[in-house]
Amino acid sequence: MVDDTSQTPEAAGADDSGYWSTNIRIITICLIIWAVVSFGFGILLRPLLAGISVGGTDLGFWFAQQGSILVFLALIFFYAWRMNQLDKQYGVDEE
Amino acid sequence: MDQFTLNLLFVGASFALYIGIAIWARAGSTSEFYAAGRGVHPVTNGMATAADWMSAASFISMAGLIAFTGYDNSSFLMGWTGGYVLLALLLAPYLRKFGKFTVSEFIGDRFYSSTARLVAVICLLVASITYVIGQMQGVGIAFGRFLEIDAFWGLLIGACVVFAYAVFGGMKGVTYTQVAQYCVLITAYTIPAVFISLQLTGTPIPALGLFGEHTASGEPLLQKLDQIVTDLGFKAYTAAHGSTINMVLFTLSLMIGTAGLPHVIMRFFTVPKVSDARWSAGWTLVFIALLYLTAPAVGAMARLNISDLMWPNGTDAEAVSVEQIESDPNYAWMATWQKTGLLDWEDKNGDGKIQYYNDASADLQAKAEANGWQGNELTKFNRDILVLANPEIASLPGWVIGLVAAGGLAAALSTAAGLLLAISSAVSHDLLKGQLTPNMSEKNELLAARISMAAAIVVAVLLGLNPPGFAAQTVALAFGLAAASIFPALMMGIFSTRINNAGAVAGMLAGLTVTLLYIFLHKGWFFIPDTNSFTDANPLLGPVKSTSFGAIGALVNFIVAYVVSGMTKETPQHIKDLVASVRVPRGAGAAVDGH
Repeated sequence: MVDDTSQTPEAAGADDSGYWSTNIRIITICLIIWAVVSFGFGILLRPLLAGISVGGTDLGFWFAQQGSILVFLALIFFYAWRMNQLDKQYGVDEE
Repeated sequence: MDQFTLNLLFVGASFALYIGIAIWARAGSTSEFYAAGRGVHPVTNGMATAADWMSAASFISMAGLIAFTGYDNSSFLMGWTGGYVLLALLLAPYLRKFGKFTVSEFIGDRFYSSTARLVAVICLLVASITYVIGQMQGVGIAFGRFLEIDAFWGLLIGACVVFAYAVFGGMKGVTYTQVAQYCVLITAYTIPAVFISLQLTGTPIPALGLFGEHTASGEPLLQKLDQIVTDLGFKAYTAAHGSTINMVLFTLSLMIGTAGLPHVIMRFFTVPKVSDARWSAGWTLVFIALLYLTAPAVGAMARLNISDLMWPNGTDAEAVSVEQIESDPNYAWMATWQKTGLLDWEDKNGDGKIQYYNDASADLQAKAEANGWQGNELTKFNRDILVLANPEIASLPGWVIGLVAAGGLAAALSTAAGLLLAISSAVSHDLLKGQLTPNMSEKNELLAARISMAAAIVVAVLLGLNPPGFAAQTVALAFGLAAASIFPALMMGIFSTRINNAGAVAGMLAGLTVTLLYIFLHKGWFFIPDTNSFTDANPLLGPVKSTSFGAIGALVNFIVAYVVSGMTKETPQHIKDLVASVRVPRGAGAAVDGH
């Protein structure tokens, strides 16, 4: 079954314009931060942060139970804002 | 008014509210069932998605698991929120641009293969049914407590209510019903937490109270908790105990699984614009975070309260007496929960006191012997009852208890009914109408949908009689299955033009099979007890528990898909054009039904 959703010429040609590679770069940066706060600060790097105390425990515990969630929120809103800018810049935003 | 009547009143009132809204909202929008999400603001849509997503696992089970394990179960918190980052960055905007309604339709079109669509439907069914088992466990516990009967009967009654709810369309994707359910569940979760946080720390915001000062002792709350639990021979609350590798894989499985669950992804197909799909994911996480930032506080504070109740004069003094448990109104919750069979105690040494401690701890052997203790006497404390029992444990007013009962049922019912609708549409729409009998009449399609819904609920109840773990753990298995099968196929479909039909089918089958096999080897075939060859205490692959295997299953999926695609015929040009068009927002029309 072949898809029949509307395809504009700009859409098909957008591949070479740099829009997609910029998008990939933004995603990569966001996902590095995503991994560092959760898998990094929350789990693997927790022993390194043990010296910084937060409310009766260490910073790693805070990242694992609250901090990472707050960073995730910031990442999603940043990405939405940045991509809407990029869409306009490359003229591929929705009419 | 006694507690039973009060519970009935709250649960009844909340149900009346949902049904009322469903009737009101339907009158305005009879035209198109699928258009429920259209024209709805991203904030409202985010709230509805949050209600759809937060289930018995999040509401009833999660804080209990954190309470009794502490730091090690932080995976639930990071995993079930971190998945939204993957969803927002890697899937939601592109699937919205694609413009169809179901996940299997995307997979079928992108991989130009009805086999791929069929395999996607099978993956979806396996993950969803496992998910429903976890929901039914939660429903059973909530009904068991609120009707004061055994959890088994609670499960059966709950199954009937869920079935009626889903079949008669109490929430047929009507966004406003889900908004109401979100409001009920978040209020029910937050109010007792605020009371308890005020009692223990003087801070009205539980998330801050967790890292605040314990008013009674003047020490930081978490430090006090660490000290009490280690005094009783348990592991320190804030310390890491399990394997680090397992914790990383478990968190990753939950994250990937979140982004691979069909009923969550579907919500982003129907927002008005591609840019709205990006914002919607953010707003959804805002509403989820309100509960998830409170949950670790609920867990830690409940653990502290339970220890205080069992050792009213401190861990060095005498334990609570049987007489006090039976007569003191502050302990009345123990007798009510005993009726469900999920909580129990026994005065093993006959000293008239109930000693609660870790009898497996080597450090406590000497103390136990010196005091004549003969093992832990709080013999049973099911983790899944903690959130529902929490307001009673903290001696909060009766109306708070009724509110929590209503909230727990809202969470479990909305998700269970949503999943049943997803299952029935997969069977009747994707499987029967899309594949086997394309000429089926509308009436027969509807009949098939109802029959498959009934079948799904019977299967879930049968498998739910021998649940493979606590509700949140059962749900975690469902996430592992979704992580290993659906997410890789969707992601590769968008980010790589190399993956072809054969690669995608082989990848999904490989990911699903190895993960299912690993789960059955550890949890028993079809979760039947004693048919397992390994246990999660001593898993097949080093530290990797069956709940953590989803991440490895996903890796297998990616590798197999790449290798098979490399050996078979290249993706045709018109599919490459389709992928190119999915990658840019321009030209996104309204979503259309594939049939």
